[in-house]
Amino acid sequence: MTMKTTDDTATGQATGGLWAFEDRGHDPVSTRTLGFWLYLLSDAMIFAALFAAWGVYLHNTAGGPTIHGIVHPLYAFAETAVLFTGVFAYGLAMSAVKRAWRGGALLAMAAALGFGAWFLGMEIHEFSGLAALGAVPERSGFLSAYWTIIALHGAHIALALLWTGLMLVQVLWSGFTEKVVYRLLNLRLFWHYQAVIWVCVYVFVYLRGAMR
Amino acid sequence: MLVHLPPPWNPIFGRLGLILHYRYNNPMIFFAFELVFVGAAILLFWLTCTRRWHTLWRDWLTTVDHKKIGVMYIVIGLVMLFRGFFDALMIRTQQAMAVGPTAVSFLGAAHGYLPPFHLDQVFTAHGTIMILLAVTPILVGLMNLIVPLQIGARDMAYPYLNAVGLWLTATAAALVMIALFIGDFSHAGWVGLTPLTELAYSPGPGVDYWIWAVQIGGLGTTLGAVNLLATIIKMRAPGMTWPRLPIFTWTSVATNIIALTSFPVLTAAVGMLALDRYVGTHFFTAGLGGDLMMYTNLFWTWGHPEVYFLVLPAFGMISEIIPTFSEKPLFGYTTMVLASMAIAGVSWSVWLHHFFTMGASPGVNTYFSIATMLVGIPTGVKVFNWLFTMYRGKLHFETPMLWAVGAIFLLISGGMTGMMLAVPAINYIVHNSVFVVAHFHNMILVIVYATFGAVTFWFPKVFGFKLDGRYGRRFFWSFTAGSLLVFVPMYLLGLMGMTRRLDYIAHPAWYPLLLIQVVGIGIYILSVIYFLGMLAVSINRRETRRVGADAWGSARSLEWATRSPVPFYNFAVTPVVHARDEWAWRRERGLTDLRPERYVDIHLPRNTVVPLVIGAFSLVFGFAMVWRIWWMAACGLVGVIAAVIIRSFARDTDYVVPAEEVRRLEEAAARAPRPDTATAAAGATLPPHAQPSVRS
Ligand code: HEM
Ligand SMILES: [Cu+2]
Repeated sequence: MTMKTTDDTATGQATGGLWAFEDRGHDPVSTRTLGFWLYLLSDAMIFAALFAAWGVYLHNTAGGPTIHGIVHPLYAFAETAVLFTGVFAYGLAMSAVKRAWRGGALLAMAAALGFGAWFLGMEIHEFSGLAALGAVPERSGFLSAYWTIIALHGAHIALALLWTGLMLVQVLWSGFTEKVVYRLLNLRLFWHYQAVIWVCVYVFVYLRGAMR
Repeated sequence: MLVHLPPPWNPIFGRLGLILHYRYNNPMIFFAFELVFVGAAILLFWLTCTRRWHTLWRDWLTTVDHKKIGVMYIVIGLVMLFRGFFDALMIRTQQAMAVGPTAVSFLGAAHGYLPPFHLDQVFTAHGTIMILLAVTPILVGLMNLIVPLQIGARDMAYPYLNAVGLWLTATAAALVMIALFIGDFSHAGWVGLTPLTELAYSPGPGVDYWIWAVQIGGLGTTLGAVNLLATIIKMRAPGMTWPRLPIFTWTSVATNIIALTSFPVLTAAVGMLALDRYVGTHFFTAGLGGDLMMYTNLFWTWGHPEVYFLVLPAFGMISEIIPTFSEKPLFGYTTMVLASMAIAGVSWSVWLHHFFTMGASPGVNTYFSIATMLVGIPTGVKVFNWLFTMYRGKLHFETPMLWAVGAIFLLISGGMTGMMLAVPAINYIVHNSVFVVAHFHNMILVIVYATFGAVTFWFPKVFGFKLDGRYGRRFFWSFTAGSLLVFVPMYLLGLMGMTRRLDYIAHPAWYPLLLIQVVGIGIYILSVIYFLGMLAVSINRRETRRVGADAWGSARSLEWATRSPVPFYNFAVTPVVHARDEWAWRRERGLTDLRPERYVDIHLPRNTVVPLVIGAFSLVFGFAMVWRIWWMAACGLVGVIAAVIIRSFARDTDYVVPAEEVRRLEEAAARAPRPDTATAAAGATLPPHAQPSVRS
C-alpha cells in the first residue's frame, strides 16, 4: 500500500507524505564550517588545560629564572601587532573572495603568509635569547610550561602557514570552487582563533610577567 | 633539546637495540605470539582460498559507509575485548595462586607465575585496552551504525573523516598489540601513575607505547565526536525536529559533547608527560618544579567525564530496548533528555572524588562529595523512567530485554557503591582497595550489558537475520553468573582491606574469596564459548532467521523504516518524520509499506584509500616515536600530511546512484527477501561506479 497521507501529526505539523523526494541537499559549506567550529572547541580545551596548569607552574621556578626575569611585554606587543596584521591580511583575502577577485585574494593570502612567518621568526628569536640565558624548558616546571604554551601556539601558526600556502595553490589550481571556498572559510576561522589564543597568551603570560 | 638516555641508541634503529636485552623465555608470551600469528595465518589463508581479498579491499578497507565503519569499529572492539579478557584471566589466576607464605611458584616468579613487573604490565594493558580500545570502539561503532539511521541520514556528515577516525583507532589497537611482542608495555596502571611514568623510574619503551596508543586513539575518538555531533545537528531528515530525536541519538549528543570537550584534556596531560619523557621538561617529575598531582588532576578531569562518555550511550540503548519489548512508548522522554544533559554537565565537576586522599581542604572535599552525589538524581530519574515504561507494559523477555533489565540491576548496585565512595570519610578507608575496582567494574558491566543487548537488538537491522535466542540466553545467564562470582567477592575483599594491584597476597584468610573469583572467571570462559556458539549457530542457520524491516515486530524508531539488512544508501527515499516514534506512528496507521511512489537519484561518497594510508603512516609514526627512531617518525608524520594534502586535490569524490538503479535494487530485494550472502553485511555490494577513483 503506497499512499500519501495528509494526516496532521500529533504535534500538529502538516506533512506532504511519507517520503521526501527532493533529496534535500544539506548545505555542504555550513556543514563543514560547523565541524570546524567543533574542532576549534576541542582544540581550545587543550589550551584551557595548559592555561589552568600554567597558573600553578608559574610559581614552580625551582630556584631558576622567574617570569619577571624572562618576559618582554613590549617585544611581545610587537609580535602581537605582526600577528594581528597577518590575521587582518587574511580577512582582506576573504573579502576579495566575496567579490570573486582572485588576484586580490592571492595577494592578501601571500601577505598573511609573510606576516605569519615574520611572527614565527620573532618567536624563534625570543626563544633563542632565552636559551642563551639558560632559561630552557629542562630548567624548571615553570619554564616547561612557558615554552610549551608558546611553542604550541607557534606550532598552530606554522600549521596555518602550511594551510595558507596550500590554499594559495588550490586557488590558483581550481579557482573558487565550493571545496576551495569552504576551506578558505575554515582557514579564516583558524587564523582568527590563533589571534584569540594569542590574546590569552599575551595576558596570562606576558602581562602577568610585567605585573609585580 | 632531547633527554639523555642510557644506551643503546643509534640513529638508524633508535632504541630497538634494547630488544636484544629482553629475555623471550616466557611461555605466556609464546602462547600469545602463537595465538596471534596462527590466527592471522589462518585468516590470510582463508581470504586467499576464498578469493576474498578483493571484497575485503573494496567493501571494507576503503569504505566510507558509516555502517561498515561501525561494524569494523565493533570488530576491533570485540577483538580487543578478547585480548583484555586474557589479561583478566592472568590477573585472577595469579592472585589466586600467590596467597600466603606457602604460595606455589612457577616460571621464575617468587609467588604464582607472574613476577611483579609482568603482572603490572598485564593489569595496565587490561585497563587501557578495556576502556579505550574495547568499550570505546564498540560504543563509537554502535553510534556510527545507528545514529544516521535513526535520524534518516544517508551517511555521516563527514564520511571520509569517519574512516580516518576508524583507522586511527585501529592504529592505537595495533600499537598495544605490538607492545606484546616487541619490547614491553607500561607498568604504571591505566591511569599512568606519576612519577612512575617518568623516565627516571620507567626507562624502557613500555610507557611510550602507552602514551602513543592513548594519543592516537584519543585523536580518533575526538574526530568521531566532531563527526557525530555535526551529523546530528545537520543531517536530520525532514520532520526530525529536536523533540522527536530518538533517545539513543539524544544520549549520543550528550556523550559526544563530553568526548569533544574532555578528550583534549587527556591529550594535554599525556602530551605533557610525553614532553617530560622526550624533551626533559619538568611537568610531573619529582623535583625541579614538577607537580605530580597536576597530572592526576588533569587525568581525572578527562577520566571522570570519560566514564560518563561510556555510560550515556548505554543508557540510550537501554532506553531503546525497554520500550520495544514493553510495547509502550518510553516514559518521560523529556526528563530522559534533560537527565542525559545534566549527567554530561555534572560529570565535569566531580573529578576530585578520585583522589579525596590527596589531602585537599575539607571544603574542597565536601564540594566534590556533594557534586558527586548530585549525579545520583538524574540517574535515578532514568531508572524510574525505565521502570515506569515497563509498568503495565506487554513485556517480552527476548535476549536484548534480558541484558537491558540486567543492566538496571547493575546500575543500581554500582550507583549505590559509588555513593558510598563519594563520602570522603568512607573513601579514606576504601580508596585504592579492590572495593573501588569492584565499583567501577560494576558500572562498566552496565555498559557491557547494555552493549550486548544493543548488539542483539540491532544485529538483525544490520545483517538481516536474528541472533540465536537459545544461545543468547545461555550467554546471558553464564555471563551473569560469572559477573556475580567475580565481583561480589571483590566487594567483600575490598571491605576487608585488600588493596588493588597486588602481586602477592599476604593474608591467607582471603584465599577462599579469591578462589570463588577464579570460579567466576571460569564461568566467564563458558560464556565466551556460548557467545561464539551463538554467532556460529546464527550464521549457519541465517536463512531460516531472516527478518523484515521491523525485526522485532514492536520496534519504534526510524531505523526500522528501511530494509534489513540496510542497503548501502540507507533509505531508498529519505523518510519524512511525523512523530517521536516514527516507525510506531507508521505502524499504528498501517503505513509500513516501504515502497515509495517513485525513486530519486542518490548522491553518495566514493570509496577512498586515503584514511587507510593515514592510519598506516600514523602507525609508523607511533612505532618510531616509541623506539625514538627520529627519521622514521618524520617519515610517518610527513606521510600523514602528504596524504591529507593529496586528498585535498581530489575532485571526483562523490557519485550518483541513478533512480532507476535504486528501483532495480529495491525491487530485487522485495522479490527475494532472503539474500544468501552473510558477507554482504550492510547491504548489497557496491555498484561498480563506487570504486575508489584513481586520484583519491
Ligand atoms: C552514581 C554514579 C557514580 C558515583 C557516585 C561514583 C563515584 C565514584 C567514586 C567516589 C570513585 C572514587 C573511588 C576511589 O578511588 O576512592 C569512583 C571511581 C571510579 N568510578 Fe565511579 N561513580 C559513579 C558512576 C560511575 C560510572 C557510570 C562509571 C563508569 C562507567 C564509573 C567508573 C569509575 C571508575 C573507572 C573509577 C575508578 C578508576 C580508578 O581508580 O582506576 N563510576 N566512582
Ligand atoms: Cu569519577
